[in-house]
Amino acid sequence: MNYFTQALAWIADPENLHGDGGLLARSWEQIWYTLLAVLVASVIAIPLGYLVGHTGRGRGLVVATSGAARALPTLGVVTLVGLIFGIGLFAPMVALVLLAVPSVLAGAYAGVEAIDPRTKDAARSMGMSEWQVLTKVEIPLGLPLLIGGLRSATLQVVATATLAAYVGAGGLGRFLFLGLKTQDYPQMLAAALLVMVIALILEGAYELAERQAAQRLRTH
Amino acid sequence: MKTRIAAVLMAGALALSACASSNPLGSASAAPSGSPTAGGATTTLVVGSQQYYSNEIIAELYAQALEHNGFTITRQYQIGQREVYLPELQSGKIDVFPEYSGNLLQYLDKTSTAKTAAEVNAALPAALGSALRPLTAAAAADQDSYNVTKANADKYGLATIADLAKVGDSIKVCANSELEKRPYGPTGLKNDYGLNVEVIPVEDSGGPLTVKALKDGKCDTADIYSADPSIASNDLVTLSDPKALILPQNVVPVVSAKVNEQAAAVIDKVGAALSTDELVALNALSVAEQQSSAVIAKGWLTAKGLLS
Repeated sequence: MNYFTQALAWIADPENLHGDGGLLARSWEQIWYTLLAVLVASVIAIPLGYLVGHTGRGRGLVVATSGAARALPTLGVVTLVGLIFGIGLFAPMVALVLLAVPSVLAGAYAGVEAIDPRTKDAARSMGMSEWQVLTKVEIPLGLPLLIGGLRSATLQVVATATLAAYVGAGGLGRFLFLGLKTQDYPQMLAAALLVMVIALILEGAYELAERQAAQRLRTH
Repeated sequence: MKTRIAAVLMAGALALSACASSNPLGSASAAPSGSPTAGGATTTLVVGSQQYYSNEIIAELYAQALEHNGFTITRQYQIGQREVYLPELQSGKIDVFPEYSGNLLQYLDKTSTAKTAAEVNAALPAALGSALRPLTAAAAADQDSYNVTKANADKYGLATIADLAKVGDSIKVCANSELEKRPYGPTGLKNDYGLNVEVIPVEDSGGPLTVKALKDGKCDTADIYSADPSIASNDLVTLSDPKALILPQNVVPVVSAKVNEQAAAVIDKVGAALSTDELVALNALSVAEQQSSAVIAKGWLTAKGLLS
C-alpha cells in the first residue's frame, strides 16, 4: 500500500507530469503508438480477413500463420528488427503490428464466417453481386466481431507498447525501465498505473462502439 | 458447501504462504556447514553469481579452482540484483561472490567519497561489515566507459572524455536510461568536463543495439562495459577518464566467514591472474563462441596452471 500511495504522489507531482519527458507527453506517445499499430494492423488484417471469410479459402494457412505470429516474443522481435534497422520507432512498431494482426484478422474473418449461410444465399438470390454481398451483408453483420478483435488487439498493444522505450522510442516504458534500474519502484508503479488507465479508457471506447454496432444491427 | 469452499481457500492460502516463505536457496543453507578444517576437504562453500554472463564466468573460475583444491562447491548462479543476493551473503547462505568494487561500495555506503581504485578498495572492508570481507581485488575491471567509433575518433581527434567537446555543443550518449541518474551521467559530465549531454535511452546495457545506434550515428558516444568484447570487435575507441569521473569497478571476491585462509588463497591466486584483457578474452569466448561458463573456466584455469 505504501508503494501505491507513493506512486500516486509521483503521478501528482507537477515536475513529473509536465514537460518533454513528462508523464503527459509519454502517455500521449503510448496512446499514439497503440493507435498507429492497430491502424497498420487493420490495413493489413481486415482486407485479408474479409477475403478469407468471404471465399472460405486459405483459412487454415492464415490461422496457423497468425497464430504463430502471436507466439513471437515481442522483445525478441524488437531486438532483431532494431539490430537491422537501428533504434527508434520502427522496430517496436513492427513488433506491435505483428502482435495486433492475429486478433484483428480473427475478428474480421470470424465475423464474416459467423453469418448464417442462408442470409448470404438470400442476398445472392436477390441479385446481389459478390461485392455487394460482402459490403452490404457480410461487413455490417460481421462488425461486432471485428470490433471485438480490434478491442483485444488494442488491449494487448497498449500494454506491450512500453517496450518502445527499449530502443529509445519513448512512451510510458521510459519510467518502467528507469524505475527498475534505479530501484525507484513508485515510479515504475506510477507508469504501470497509467498504462492501466489508458487501457481502461480505450476499453470504454470500444464498449461504446460495440454497443453502437449491435444496436444498428437490431434496428436494421 | 460454504465451509468446504472456505477450507479449500484456506488450504490454498497455506500452500501459497508456504511457497512464499520457503527459501529458494534452501538447498544451500541445508548443506553441511562443517567448520573449516585444516585440509578444507569437508568444507562446502556456496559460490554465487549475478545474472550477468561475465560474472558467472568469474564465479565459475573460483568454483573450479576451489574444487580442485578439495573444497565441495554448491553453485547458485544468475541471481538478479544486488539487493537480492547481498542479504543472502550476509546471512551466510552464499559464501563466495564475485563483485565489482565501485558499485558495491556505492550500494553499501551511499555517502562514500572514494574515487580511485585504491580508495574504493580501502573503504570496502568497513562498508561490508563484520559478516563479510573482500579478498584482494583483481586488476581486471568491468566498468562503464564512454566509447566512440574509430572514424569519429580520427575525425575529431578524440582520446579523452573532455575531447567530446570538439564534436559539438550538445553530446548524445546512447546508454541505459538510468545513466540520467548516475553520478557519472550528464551531471558528472557537465561538472567535470563541461559537457552538455543528452541521454538516448537504449535499454540493452551497452549490448548490440547500443553499439548499432552508435555506429548508425544516432549518438556521439555510447556507454559500454569496459570488459565487453564488442568494443574491440566493432573497432570502437574507449575515451580515457583523466578526472576519474567513473568509479572503478575492479573484480573483487566477497566472502563469508566460512571461507578459511586456504580457500582465500585459492581465490586470490585466480584473481591475481585476472587482468582486464584476460576478462575480455573470457567474455569473448562466451559471446562469440557461445561456450558455457564451465568450459571457459576450465580452459582458462588449465592454461594458467591453476588446475595442476
